[in-house]
Amino acid sequence: MLTGQASTLPETNSPIGFLLVLAIALPAGGVALSLLLGGRGAQRLAMATMPLGVAVALVVAGNIWRSGRSLTYLVGGWHPPLGIALRADGLSAVMLLTTAVVIGAVCLYARGSFGLPAGADERRAPLVFWIMLMGVWSGLNAVWLAGDLFSLYVALELLTFSAVPLVSLDGSAATLEAALRYLLFALIGSVLYLLGTALLYGGYGTLDLVLLSHVIKPEPTAFIAASLMTAGLLAKTALFPLHLWLPPAHAGAPAGGSALLSALVVKGSFILTVRLWFEAMPSLLHLGTSQLLGALGAAAVLFGSVLALRQARLKLMIAYSTIAQIGYLFFLFPLASAPAEATSMFGDDWNGIAWTGGMMQLVAHATAKAAMFMAAGLIAEALGHDRIAEFAGLGRALPVTMLAFGLGGMSLMGLPPSGGFVAKAMLLVAAMAEGQWWWAVVILVGGLLAAGYMFRVFAPALAAVDVTMRRRVVVPQSRQAVVLALAICAMLLGLMPLRPSQLLEVGRPASVTALTR
Amino acid sequence: MSDAALYGLCSAVLVGVGLYGTIVQPQPLQKILAFNIVGSGTFLLFGVIARRGAAADMGGDPVPQAMVITGLVVAFSATALAVALLLRLHDEAGRADDAPTPPATDDETSGC
Repeated sequence: MLTGQASTLPETNSPIGFLLVLAIALPAGGVALSLLLGGRGAQRLAMATMPLGVAVALVVAGNIWRSGRSLTYLVGGWHPPLGIALRADGLSAVMLLTTAVVIGAVCLYARGSFGLPAGADERRAPLVFWIMLMGVWSGLNAVWLAGDLFSLYVALELLTFSAVPLVSLDGSAATLEAALRYLLFALIGSVLYLLGTALLYGGYGTLDLVLLSHVIKPEPTAFIAASLMTAGLLAKTALFPLHLWLPPAHAGAPAGGSALLSALVVKGSFILTVRLWFEAMPSLLHLGTSQLLGALGAAAVLFGSVLALRQARLKLMIAYSTIAQIGYLFFLFPLASAPAEATSMFGDDWNGIAWTGGMMQLVAHATAKAAMFMAAGLIAEALGHDRIAEFAGLGRALPVTMLAFGLGGMSLMGLPPSGGFVAKAMLLVAAMAEGQWWWAVVILVGGLLAAGYMFRVFAPALAAVDVTMRRRVVVPQSRQAVVLALAICAMLLGLMPLRPSQLLEVGRPASVTALTR
Repeated sequence: MSDAALYGLCSAVLVGVGLYGTIVQPQPLQKILAFNIVGSGTFLLFGVIARRGAAADMGGDPVPQAMVITGLVVAFSATALAVALLLRLHDEAGRADDAPTPPATDDETSGC
């Protein structure tokens, strides 16, 4: 059913649209070349790709910021629905930047754990790590930029296949098991997503997000497809109650890998869920659906935080806290889609504020959590273990690392001035102004629980003890500085004004605004 | 019953059987097989859609067929990766079930 809908959408290539292809192709090219060059070459390629990728992200974001318009690139000059369009709106720009910053930091950090000193024998783990790092980057950029549901499926699969090997780099039975469980959850998720895609194509004859939003109607085909796709995506995002795979996988990976998985990989399927509901099928985002997704998020916040409080090992604690922080993201659905009568009372763009708040939570969590996982990695390297109960004197032994860990924790708790504070404050006021006070209660309780599990680490680490801690290895200052710099990024986000962000306004789904007017 | 409806129902049955398997079967290998059954059902559905949406002078809509080819490649690589992980787990642990590994000794670190 190839109708001539291309005529309704006179899309043309933006002047710098080719950069969107480059954002995906650069790291993908790195992967292909690494397979030829081997271990040492893979590391050099990753370190060379990193600044180029950061530059591409900066130019794309800067262009969207200045011009206030989305970028489009029609691959091969073919128009949708037959061709594939890459599109970068404000949300894509923010995600491209976040990805570039976190991956840049992980590259610098991982030189310490996966770098090969001159003369050393090449091993398998570093080769796999550098290849998968570039694979994850390429997959993520494809998720941020792809404009149709099938390309997004391929992008998600590229992301999953790059992420799973990161879990089992040490090759132990426990991490292999975690990787296998992660892969099984992800596979069921992707096949459900593909099934929904087939139904949508059968019903509407297009998978392009923009074209689909024009033709989709609230009818059984669309409902069933949306339910299948959402269920699949939630399994990949590890939203409660489909979170079972996350803690062993994220805690078992090496610290640099954990940072990628927790900060970025789970966000790929989340952004896809957002695009699916807000952009492709806004007419289906009834109060019921958005409240259900919000309720699952609330359960994740409470459940993840309580379990984080009970963990004896630092990396597992951080992994459970990821489950809780993912929960906050899903408050976006009820709070950014409130009906007009709920938002008119205080006469402001509350849906827009919730939209910015939700995305801020995503960016703040990405930077803070990556910093915390890498700090935990340094602690484990220095001590040879990560048992929280034996952290006495750690504050004196690793002051810079503990500072970075603490700054990340501040963002999780939502203390000012931090990115987490701005995000949670915006969601909180939006919840109150829209009369959905129950989300505000969960946001506050979640912050309190986060303070609880952070306190469990800091109480022994900063206690005044006389014993000097025995360190197994001395951690280089440069790696501590990278972690601290990333944590400071999470802090600087706290200087954002509490209003809809200018960059995120570009190409903001009409559904977020239309409902307020 | 039209051909499209018949094949559509077949695909629904395959998806149902596969989903049941992924949830109920405890063994990873059985889960991987069940995933492939869901996949077959989905690909059959793409075929039905290609046939049903065919324009007057064509045997089928080529777009879903292109998607099926991509989907098959993805499903094949996914299965290969899962089986490779399972074999490696079998080598390491001497078994290939889903039971949790007993907690490691105190000396074990969490990696770096």
